[in-house]
Amino acid sequence: MKVLVPIKRVIDYNVKARVKPDNTDVDLTNVKMAMNPFCEIAVEEAIRLKEAGSASEVIVVSIGDKACQEQLRTALALGADKAIHVQTDAKLESLHVAKLLAKLVEQQQPELVILGKQSIDSDNNQTGQMLAALTKRSQGTFASKVVIEDGKAQVTREVDGGLQTVSLTLPAIVTTDLRLNEPRYASLPNIMKAKRKPLETIEAQSLNVDLSPRIELVKVEEPSKREAGVMVESVDELVTKLKTEAKVIS
Amino acid sequence: MNVLVIAEHDNGQLKSETSKVVNAATKVATNIDVLIAGHNVGEAAKSASEISGVTKVRVVDNAGFEHQLAENTADLVVEIAGSYSHIFASASTTGKNILPRVSALLDKSQISEIIEVVDGDTFKRPIYAGNAIATVKSLDETKVITVRASAFDSQGSQSPCEVDSLAIEIENGLSEFVSIEQTESERPELNAAPVVISGGRGMQNGENFALLNGIADKLGAAIGASRAAVDAGFVPNDMQVGQTGKIVAPDLYIAVGISGAIQHLAGMKDSKVIVAINKDPDAPIFQVADYGLVADLFDVLPELETAL
Ligand SMILES: Cc1cc2nc3c(=O)[nH]c(=O)nc-3n(C[C@H](O)[C@H](O)[C@H](O)COP(=O)(O)OP(=O)(O)OC[C@H]3O[C@@H](n4cnc5c(N)ncnc54)[C@H](O)[C@@H]3O)c2cc1C
Ligand SMILES: Nc1ncnc2c1ncn2[C@@H]1O[C@H](COP(=O)(O)O)[C@@H](O)[C@H]1O
Repeated sequence: MKVLVPIKRVIDYNVKARVKPDNTDVDLTNVKMAMNPFCEIAVEEAIRLKEAGSASEVIVVSIGDKACQEQLRTALALGADKAIHVQTDAKLESLHVAKLLAKLVEQQQPELVILGKQSIDSDNNQTGQMLAALTKRSQGTFASKVVIEDGKAQVTREVDGGLQTVSLTLPAIVTTDLRLNEPRYASLPNIMKAKRKPLETIEAQSLNVDLSPRIELVKVEEPSKREAGVMVESVDELVTKLKTEAKVIS
Repeated sequence: MNVLVIAEHDNGQLKSETSKVVNAATKVATNIDVLIAGHNVGEAAKSASEISGVTKVRVVDNAGFEHQLAENTADLVVEIAGSYSHIFASASTTGKNILPRVSALLDKSQISEIIEVVDGDTFKRPIYAGNAIATVKSLDETKVITVRASAFDSQGSQSPCEVDSLAIEIENGLSEFVSIEQTESERPELNAAPVVISGGRGMQNGENFALLNGIADKLGAAIGASRAAVDAGFVPNDMQVGQTGKIVAPDLYIAVGISGAIQHLAGMKDSKVIVAINKDPDAPIFQVADYGLVADLFDVLPELETAL
């Protein structure tokens, strides 16, 4: 079974994004970048499937400018076999990414695609579901457990009311939630080895997908700030203030 | 303009989010249809027909939609999407599962988790864990949108509008429902409760969450948690509040033993009043708290329960 894992380069999750003074976007100059945390979990899951003998090959793919090769190398160091960089400087919406990925799925025919459930920059939570639609495949989103057996993927999903388990006919699309696994760190020897693993670059244009924008970014603002609050000395003072000042309890 | 609102329900009952999504829909159009796809949804359909502003309820009631699986539910939405200018769903796990599939099938770019309607094409939504608010304009002729319910008010009620039954059956040849492990709780749902009290890693273990029970009882509160508390196995996943958990905006949010990581703040900083109890005076949670109490939670939780 071939597994394809799309990964995205995003702002490091520990860094607080700052809005540009001209309100055109978030300022990413000199900001630490990293692999989207949900994609790390996707890579880890694919590698575990390989280690368990369910997967034969793990291919990682990232779409974006040259810089995302850094995250592809990281994924190779973690254990992926091969990387594909789809080169473009265009600003992409999830629909564009899904369409580009659908072309790769057509070429590579993976039986399983594992994506992150959400990018922590756009907070879109769309690409996996869109890819499933475009490739007419089953989908198991927000997965906290994936079991491959008898040509099916049993996926346990984190849903609002608890945990739902669905059985997907392969080929399938899965998106990861945080509790699916705990990603490993790359060892130094593996980082060295990753430099020799294949990383292929293809131009996004060569995939013949219309990448014209469907959504215009009008402006980006700081969220409204909360007024600084007060510190209270005791539970009694707190309860009094909640009753008489904030009037949220009676 | 016509809006199709996809109802949030569990077959038996309509979820309170639906009314809030209808509220968002009233800001773009006066013709608002609600779709309820499920099995034995008569009661839920009736509730939807009584939400003020709803023009018509469209019901698709058959066993094939009982679990609202994305594959055939998305096909259903696409089948009836025809004349609508906007398709809205709650940014719940159900809405997030189905709507992007609909969006791609319609070849439209989805706008996720709007918190404000500027006009029929233009919406505000948080990005980067709520550290920035983007105003985005859709250039597509059909707008496919998920709505952050906590950012909108509930609608009032009306005398029931028309309820239409549609006999549409769509096979799901791709996936099957296996089981659901529902978290049982007598408490109000996190995203509907007027008061939420959440515990973090500082609670130390699952048993200690019982310290929150008495307080929650007295306040009619829902109980939430940080991801650290969920990860450590103190409480189930559906209690997680934050960027990647539930987004809440109650009148009162009490954070106990939670440091205030940006991902947690993303899920609760729009609460009206925030109280933080933490033994570390430098914990970032105090920067968003209206009332902060530096104390050991094991001392003050019993005191708080008595004082209420
Ligand atoms: C992609 C991604 C998504 C995430 N999504 C979420 C999310 O949705 N929700 C979320 O919550 N987190 C999320 N996180 C995790 C987040 O970054 C933090 O790790 C997490 O919120 C920390 O939880 P905590 O505050 O309970 O734990 P800690 O940061 O460990 O804080 C524990 C606090 O308890 C206090 N404390 C300890 N003992 C006591 C005591 N006896 N009395 C009083 N106070 C005490 C300490 O002073 C400390 O401030 C996400 C992380 C990533 C990478
Ligand atoms: N530019 C990209 N390149 C590769 N994968 C991506 C890209 N954008 C999104 N993805 C994948 O889609 C997931 C969800 O992203 P989103 O729908 O943008 O929230 C991510 O976790 C990635 O797995």
